Amino acid sequence: MTAATHSGASLDPTRKAFYHGLLRQMVQLRRFEERAGEAYAQGRIGGFCHLYIGQEAVATGAISALRDDDYLFASYREHAHALVRGTPARAVMAELFGKATGCSGGKGGSMHLFDAPRHFLGGHAIVGSHIPIAAGAGFAIKSRGTDQVAVCFFGEAAVNIGAFHETLNMAALWELPAIFICENNRYGMGTALERAAAVYDIAHRACSYDMASETADGMDVLAMYEVTARAVERARERKLPTLIEARTYRYMGHSMADPIHGHYRTKEELEEQKARDPIEHLTGLLREGELLTDAERDALRQSVEEEIADAVQFADESPDPEPGALYTDVYAD
Amino acid sequence: MATITYRDALNQALREEMQRDDTVFLMGEEVGVYQGAYKVSRGLLEEFGPSRVVDTPIAELSFAGIGVGAAMVGLRPVIEFMTWNFALLAIDQVVNSAAKMLYMSGGQTPMPVVFRGPGGAALQLGAQHSQALEAWFAHVPGLKVVAPATPYDAKGLLKSAIRDNNPVVFLEGEMLYNTKGEVPEEEYAIPLGSAEVKRAGTDVTLVCHSKTVAVALRAADRLADEHGIAAEVVDLRTIRPLDVDTLVTSVRKTNRCVVIEEGWYFCGVGAQVVDELQREAFDHLDAPILRVTQADVPMPYNKLLERAAKPSPEQVLEAVRRVAYLER
Repeated sequence: MTAATHSGASLDPTRKAFYHGLLRQMVQLRRFEERAGEAYAQGRIGGFCHLYIGQEAVATGAISALRDDDYLFASYREHAHALVRGTPARAVMAELFGKATGCSGGKGGSMHLFDAPRHFLGGHAIVGSHIPIAAGAGFAIKSRGTDQVAVCFFGEAAVNIGAFHETLNMAALWELPAIFICENNRYGMGTALERAAAVYDIAHRACSYDMASETADGMDVLAMYEVTARAVERARERKLPTLIEARTYRYMGHSMADPIHGHYRTKEELEEQKARDPIEHLTGLLREGELLTDAERDALRQSVEEEIADAVQFADESPDPEPGALYTDVYAD
Repeated sequence: MATITYRDALNQALREEMQRDDTVFLMGEEVGVYQGAYKVSRGLLEEFGPSRVVDTPIAELSFAGIGVGAAMVGLRPVIEFMTWNFALLAIDQVVNSAAKMLYMSGGQTPMPVVFRGPGGAALQLGAQHSQALEAWFAHVPGLKVVAPATPYDAKGLLKSAIRDNNPVVFLEGEMLYNTKGEVPEEEYAIPLGSAEVKRAGTDVTLVCHSKTVAVALRAADRLADEHGIAAEVVDLRTIRPLDVDTLVTSVRKTNRCVVIEEGWYFCGVGAQVVDELQREAFDHLDAPILRVTQADVPMPYNKLLERAAKPSPEQVLEAVRRVAYLER
């Protein structure tokens, strides 16, 4: 495992703005999800809603290491990935509310966020189905001869499906510029990884396909940034894929409809994991390195609070799709 | 006009579209070095190279998914399944991904991908290699479903399928690859969603597609010779979107109809045809519409049993005699 080697003293003072950007991003994800959870409880968000709380360092660190024209594919726990890519909180929240102003016009919902102009290509809700799709984007990049990278985020439960193995084989065989980021939050719904997988170290699975792999501390945003940056270099410069296992933890239930703890994990385990909170971790480093004042932290939180409150209000006040939208977008012209 | 095989007509369509548009590529098992399991892709690797004629491992689900992803970012993939029986491994990508991406993204992600390969029964290949699955895919909004019967149609429809901005399920007839027909030298394309009257007649409409067009035409010959009945043969060519207008026009003229298909009876393509006709041409029907389909069983291996399971001209003749009230 790539150790979280950062200490406050090792931070580079000239990169203060970058660190603050990462911190603000993670706080934005946290507050977005908390407000989404409230709205779900109030019945303003329907269907299944899978929150990302606890995992913020993974999407924030990884996507920060990418270029805007790199392609992103994510699972159904993907509010964060769209937000980090730059989809406005308004458009994401409005999609959760099913409104016409949502990033998928209200027809996708929480599990199907899309922002094609920003190269955010879903929002896929069949576990692991987007793993080959992301490789397809990698195939197209290679075919066109451009230097983009295709990045796929999926949970650890997806590594047991056939498509994961089929795709890693082809990505390695054809040397596709793809990065597969497994967000190992330790539970596929209520099934612990060790109850579902014969091999505990997910990164080891890359050995079967002679693919580069790394394990990263998914609670450390700087570690996620660095491990992803190395994979990007491998993909962009050498057209080689990488499997990254990000060890993280989800604080909430599988979805808003599921218990936070109970038969499958204990409250004690949850509290123990929260002691490694990614936002607190980065905050601690910055304080230790004297790179974050109380005033800066309060201003950051305040600006996030206003942004998310505005997003909720925007979603609330936005119109539903027109009735005619039912029959549009079934076929393209 | 040149007389060529159905196989070579498909090959011409692929070659011409790959020459015309360098975003078109072919991917599947044995399409390159081996020249295609059924030789549809003969010579394409040599002309276009391995980046556009891509041999895959046996991994239907994921190479179909790679096609979906490549289509989302601007290429026009043609994904070949060695047969549609094997494509069932990939149905998640066809149905859950390709068919829905445009809709669930609110119109942001066109999906110009063709999934093609042979379907239907050949000769004694047994239960797992003999299925006609048109109805499965035609059920799904977001997909177009095409099943050509002749070399002319195969070429013209495949060209349109490749140019279409939607996912197209293109089912070729395994037993049709060697059949021959006239195909013009000059450029042409046949729009998706248009049926064709393959033989004009006044007394009964025989609705068919793919391999059953030949069954219907043989039955029509015998109906003329043996009964003096002039059957009109309507080839659907595209299952979805269904060309209801051509069906209704024909039935308004003949007042009788038999629907023939290679798939199974229950929830088959013919069930949809019957539904459309009973609503759109009810007052023009002089008899209930009958259907001729494969027997409602997995395909048996034994030659005699297999023959009994497949739709035949004899079954069509019997059905026509019944809708014409020549037989009860």
